[in-house]
Amino acid sequence: MKRVSLLMVIVFVAVIVLTACGGAKFTCADPKGCVDIAPKDPVRIAYAFVVSGGDASLGTDTKRGSEIAVDEKKEILGHAIELVGEDELCAAEGGQTAATKLAADPKLLAVIGTNCSSAARAAIPILCGAGIAMVSPSNTAPDLTDEARPPEYWCYLRTAHNDNVQGAKMAEYAYEKGFRKAATIHDGSLYADKLQQVFAATFVQLGGTITAREAVGPQDTDMKPMLTRVAATGPEFIYYPIFIQAGGHITKQAKEVTGLENVQLAGADGIFSPDFLRAAGDAVVGFNWSSPDFSAFGAGYGDFLAKHEAKYGEKTLAPFHAHSYDATMMIFAAIEKVAVKDADGTLHIGRQALVDALFATKDFQGLTGTLTCTATGDCADPKIAVYVGQSADPDTWNPGADADSNPMKIWP
Amino acid sequence: MLRRLLRRVSGTTVFMWLIGIAMLVVVVWGVYATLSSGRYKASDWIDLTVYGIAQGSVYALIALGYTLVYGILRMINFAHSEVFMSGPFIGYFVAMALSQSGFFNRQPFVSLIIVLLVAMTVSTTIAVLLERIAYRPLRRAPRLVPLITAIGASYFLQYTFLGLFGSGIKGYPEVAQLKGYWPFPGTSSGILRTQAVVIVSAFVMLAILYVFVQRTKTGKAMQAVSEDKDAAALMGIDVDRIIVITFVVGGALAGAAGVLYALLFKQVKFDMGFLPGIKAFTAAVLGGIGNVNGAMLGSLFLGISESLFPNLVLDGLGLPAPYQLKDALAFIMLVAVLIFRPTGILGERLAVKKA
Repeated sequence: MKRVSLLMVIVFVAVIVLTACGGAKFTCADPKGCVDIAPKDPVRIAYAFVVSGGDASLGTDTKRGSEIAVDEKKEILGHAIELVGEDELCAAEGGQTAATKLAADPKLLAVIGTNCSSAARAAIPILCGAGIAMVSPSNTAPDLTDEARPPEYWCYLRTAHNDNVQGAKMAEYAYEKGFRKAATIHDGSLYADKLQQVFAATFVQLGGTITAREAVGPQDTDMKPMLTRVAATGPEFIYYPIFIQAGGHITKQAKEVTGLENVQLAGADGIFSPDFLRAAGDAVVGFNWSSPDFSAFGAGYGDFLAKHEAKYGEKTLAPFHAHSYDATMMIFAAIEKVAVKDADGTLHIGRQALVDALFATKDFQGLTGTLTCTATGDCADPKIAVYVGQSADPDTWNPGADADSNPMKIWP
Repeated sequence: MLRRLLRRVSGTTVFMWLIGIAMLVVVVWGVYATLSSGRYKASDWIDLTVYGIAQGSVYALIALGYTLVYGILRMINFAHSEVFMSGPFIGYFVAMALSQSGFFNRQPFVSLIIVLLVAMTVSTTIAVLLERIAYRPLRRAPRLVPLITAIGASYFLQYTFLGLFGSGIKGYPEVAQLKGYWPFPGTSSGILRTQAVVIVSAFVMLAILYVFVQRTKTGKAMQAVSEDKDAAALMGIDVDRIIVITFVVGGALAGAAGVLYALLFKQVKFDMGFLPGIKAFTAAVLGGIGNVNGAMLGSLFLGISESLFPNLVLDGLGLPAPYQLKDALAFIMLVAVLIFRPTGILGERLAVKKA
């Protein structure tokens, strides 16, 4: 026993002496502190995605985007890259737990995440409090990067498009195709509510009328009474930017309600997934989605898809893998920009400096386009397209602009 | 006379009655405003009622499972919602196998009966295992103990299905012959074929159950055990056997309800039992828990009010997007009924021994 404690004292002293030696060459002047990475240690970043539960396809898709970026980059300034992760559960509680756990890691430089805006709202203050940079590949709620966002959001950026863009594009499309009377349905989630607000505002501005604005619960199954109500207002177009379960029920049941048989149905990127084909069945043929425009993506996107298929043996599961890849690459570029390297290979990275470098990202060539970050953290180069469903078989899922893709891009 | 009445009426009773009357006034006002606005055609109201009956008859089949078990064991079987989920979930794999072999399209009704039988068998097995493993060892324990076990069993089953089959939505194959409407003669409205099938099969099963409980020897034994377990045992009734039979009947009905539910909504998921389970339980309480007829009545009432009331009442009150308040409305109904009839619509007054 005594010998063990003696050994521990020796090790402890040795560690202190070594750290002191290292610190002698570099003094950290960063207001948020610095992360020091010893010569053999890896550079550690983390993801916070929803990798379990009903929305796991969204989280798995983005996680794979980050993993491919790590595979490609291999190392930063001679250090290996370590990607760790937490599950954010697509909920505020999950975001809070994941962020608290990640914030406790003193060597963690940056987090890629979250997937869901509600989780982000809980996670951002915690990660920013610890000085950890955060880049989300799929949060689309407008208020996260609004001019009036609270100061404790200072460390947060995103490569996902802002819903202000997506809702407006769908309204433009609907108006251009000759629809003049539209109805919207949301499920009480922040994402759906904002999207339908932006859609309705733009549609009215263009000269259309909104006949009904309804809401359902995300767990509801019987949508026919609500749809009967919508049908009584005589819409030509129904926009419901909600999630897979409720979205599937509405899509199926709308075809069974008198007066809605021939109305154009449309949703957003939250249901742009093969799982939605399973949930909605045959009614998905002719359905319209707004989602990132994959055909306008950078030249590297084809390579990315090939690597994805080789590594995971299947096609991409949701629309945000490329955004996740870009977020990860953007973080790597920023680390390289601010890291100070000692002669023995030790890296020193200032936390504030890293966030500043991320905000300074300009003309960054990513898969999703040319990224330039605004002062409030919007980095996306938003290219939104409208797609149409061609077949209800989930195995045919292959979004693109070709005639045999499903869903097929039809606008712009 | 008046004095005796006054002595019986306490301040709380008056307060409760005032709340009840205020609710009634709001409802009547809302209905009047909606109907006088003339936004909806008569056929819309017929459609809404039919949707409500279809939903309510599925609730009824589940609610019977709650009410039968409560009638006999005086416990709430919270795992019943998972009994309801497991049947159609396993039935889905059978349906997919039949669908891939082409048999489903050639013989849709034979296939549906096969799926129904499989689902009923699975649900029954799970209900019986629940009774044997989770409830019987605790029958003499304090009343809260089996309640907690039931909640635990519910989560155990739910997450077992999640672990085995994943969290994704599974879509049931559709029956081509059941697509579209059967029109009502002489009107512009009609009934969806799936809904007609669901309503008819649910009512047939309810009728069979009614005859079983009221007319057969086993049914009468069930009533006797529900009345007084010890006296029934003294009369030579095997109480354990009757309890197992109760779980068998409840499980089979839940399995059938699950397939009808899948026929209506065409998708199954590991957590699909939760909400219908809670609703059916509400319906059972609404009708008077422990009472078979009450459960059927309460379920139809709940189904119809869920589908009809947001439009009929809330629309007239000028509330936007009333259907998101559907669940809140269902539970307000429950409160309103319990204010006037604390034992439910058809509930019996419980003797001290049972309560």
